[in-house]
Amino acid sequence: MRALRRGIFTTGVAALCAWTLIPIYLVALSAIGGESVVNAWPKPFWPTQLSLATLGTFMNLSGVWPATWQSAQVALLCMLLSIVLGLPAGYALARFAFAGSNLYRLLILLTRAFPVGILALPLTVTFIRIGLYDTALGVALVHTALALPFAILVSSSLFIGIPREIEEAAWVFGCSRLSAFFRVVLPLATPGIAAIAIFAFVISWNEVFAAAVLTVRHRTLTAFLLSVLSESPLHVQFAGGLLLVVPSVLFIFLVRRYLFAIWGITNR
Amino acid sequence: MAAIVIDRVRKSFGSTNALEEVSLEVHDGEFVALLGPSGCGKTTLLRIVAGLETQTSGHIRIGDRDVSNLPPRARKLAMVFQNYAVFPHMTVRQNVGFGLRMAGEPAARIDRQVERASALMHIEPYLHRYPAQLSGGQRQRVAVARALAVEPSVLLMDEPLSNLDALLRLEMRAELKAILAEAGTTTLYVTHDQTEAMGLADRIAVLQAGRVVQVGPPLVIYREPRTMFVGGFVGSPPMNFLRVRASGGTVALGGARFAVPGGGDRALLLGIRPEDLTIGDAAEGVPFALRVLEPLGSHVLLTGDVEGQQLRVMAPPEIVARAGDILHLRPVAERIRWMSAPEGIALA
Amino acid sequence: MRRARLLPYLLVAPSMAFLAALFLFPLVQTISLAFHADGRWSLGKFATMADDLDFGDAVGNTFKLVMIVVPAQLILALAMALMLPHLRRGRDLVLWVWSIPLGVSDLAAGLVWLAILTDRGYLNTILFKLGIIAAPTAWLTYETPFALFAAIIVAEMWRATAIVFLILVAGVQLVPKEFAEAAEIFGASPWQRLTRVTLPLLKPSIQTALILRTVLAFEMFAMVITLGGRNFPVLVSEAFNWQDTNQDYGVAAAYATLVMAVSLAATAFYLIVMRVRPEDRS
Repeated sequence: MRALRRGIFTTGVAALCAWTLIPIYLVALSAIGGESVVNAWPKPFWPTQLSLATLGTFMNLSGVWPATWQSAQVALLCMLLSIVLGLPAGYALARFAFAGSNLYRLLILLTRAFPVGILALPLTVTFIRIGLYDTALGVALVHTALALPFAILVSSSLFIGIPREIEEAAWVFGCSRLSAFFRVVLPLATPGIAAIAIFAFVISWNEVFAAAVLTVRHRTLTAFLLSVLSESPLHVQFAGGLLLVVPSVLFIFLVRRYLFAIWGITNR
Repeated sequence: MAAIVIDRVRKSFGSTNALEEVSLEVHDGEFVALLGPSGCGKTTLLRIVAGLETQTSGHIRIGDRDVSNLPPRARKLAMVFQNYAVFPHMTVRQNVGFGLRMAGEPAARIDRQVERASALMHIEPYLHRYPAQLSGGQRQRVAVARALAVEPSVLLMDEPLSNLDALLRLEMRAELKAILAEAGTTTLYVTHDQTEAMGLADRIAVLQAGRVVQVGPPLVIYREPRTMFVGGFVGSPPMNFLRVRASGGTVALGGARFAVPGGGDRALLLGIRPEDLTIGDAAEGVPFALRVLEPLGSHVLLTGDVEGQQLRVMAPPEIVARAGDILHLRPVAERIRWMSAPEGIALA
Repeated sequence: MRRARLLPYLLVAPSMAFLAALFLFPLVQTISLAFHADGRWSLGKFATMADDLDFGDAVGNTFKLVMIVVPAQLILALAMALMLPHLRRGRDLVLWVWSIPLGVSDLAAGLVWLAILTDRGYLNTILFKLGIIAAPTAWLTYETPFALFAAIIVAEMWRATAIVFLILVAGVQLVPKEFAEAAEIFGASPWQRLTRVTLPLLKPSIQTALILRTVLAFEMFAMVITLGGRNFPVLVSEAFNWQDTNQDYGVAAAYATLVMAVSLAATAFYLIVMRVRPEDRS
């Protein structure tokens, strides 16, 4: 009886893993297979015609490469801004019990109750007026608003995890507050900061609504794909999908351990 | 080397006062222990001297400089923390040399100092290792070596031995005393362990509720406590205090008679340490109803009552007695410490 | 250290200023845009919104989606989170595999399931091979609203369960094993252990997960557009259309305000109904 229960359990786990992985495999198949595979009927479940050439053609299709490049710029900007704005705030929350810190923390949490991307709607007008419309910076600013609360709260618990005594020891032995931060706190916080940075990158890379609203000629990859959804051939769309998925999944794989630690998950 | 002068330092958090106008002087080359129960303010005081916390009022002088408003790095001191605070991302060598590197010392001098301090603390084999690869005791040595390497004029220590196991604590205590005596470093040492304070310090400052209650050499604190609190806190087992009544300048307990300094008729506290009570015969002895015997190897600890009040006695290991026996005690007269009742302050 | 009194405020100021400019300000603007018509305060935009042909569908679709997807995902994620600790080997791998969808954009997820569900897609290939259908069949069209709805639900389950899963796993980590073990010793059945011990201890995590997931669910956009085009209007896709196609910022803002109000109401609902005492929180 025990063995049967165990068997059912393992099958369940395997099934859920398959359910997660197979769709990605299939879209990769369609993307790499190219036009012939996409239009084939019935569809082959194995890679019969692997050709990166199709992917190459896709990349050279008008608009894809610039869109990808734009997405990369936006994501990098978002990553930078989130770190530059978020780390100091996280440090302040972690190290100081200042009047208003609880209110601040609550406000940060409250932003998650709002669909932040939708706020790109009114920002369109403002951005047009100040010249940020249709720019990487404009989109990056909205994406940063999305990622910043996460960066602040997570970096706060990151810094709390670094004992205050270590900073104090640095102060006693000759460091100013700033140099102690760079010599002693930052090296210890680096893995966590990397995870925050990558998560901010992924949030930006994947975001659709704000990117679509705020760009018209210099579209990000998501905005581009959205706009060509009804017009372009399927294999183009699938290739685009694969292009969206691969970097994010890769990045998350790289920092999975730190990401899970952030979520409080320990793997024993 | 330099002296530390703590001048009327007060520290308040909102409406509570952690420290109430504390003044204390640590002479050049002296080892002073700040001793007291948790919450008495000893760690707060040390951190104020270090510059890690700011005093509400008062001054700190190190050497001939007023450092009251200076950040820690400008005060030219070294500190050993309770949880060692060795930097996890640096090797032992880098840790020990940290203070010197921050001061911009030439590499040759840094290497020399690191080697000297590591030799003193017996951590040379670990110089290339990271703290995560060391035991707690080894990390503690690294913390001390880091402090010694800068040859500080003032050394501050915040309960550095409290996280070590008993045997290690004993060893480190002796090592520390030898090293610091040799170097002649002015040291301020915080502890709640009175054995540590007694063993290490030239003078002990006993703190209670944010005030310094008594300062003096260990033996004076031990023999002549100024208050009931000091008598009870220092020494294990603590000093016994019996509530007695003097009439005509004499206190009578059983067959024993004691003359009270200052004479008169009043309520008093008779303070006497467990080891200063001998067991004798009924004549001139204080009757003691024995309740519990604890053979502790070097002596037997007796717990019982005198006139209904609990008393402890350290008896020689060969004693023959049973629970329920009545023994007769004789205190060593010179060791009796008379205190006012109920305040518990020593009479002249 | 001295001079530390101002420091925390200085450190927090840039982020506060940023969020004020890019969150509070557009928030106020959205509400303002929604409540203005012809240059004065009015409910005109809301009227336009409500009169629109697709409004009823948008509202209905959105709510139907949320009310089916959120509980279903909660149950699935709960099952996954409770299964994980029982894995003896490969836990690291399974944890990573199950959280892969976290990095998948909703647009990409839509495209992924498009590949499966399109006329000549993989699903139809299997159905064809099983003899259930005779030729490429369309599931995602106007004529098959139920299939389209089901498709969106499945795709969304695939994509977003990972988020709920990760929050719950963190919560499960914090539940000490001893509680369930003690219950077992006292004779509780597995079901009783689950409902009486584990679930109550997981309440804070469940609450967090529900709030986050529900708010995100009301924002569903790219997935729906990819699979359904204009055949399945939801609130946010309508907002997008009014802004992008019709160039009427006011009505778009009205939709946005509606979404925000609904999100806030849902959050308040969870906070009140699932009141978590401070001592339950870790």
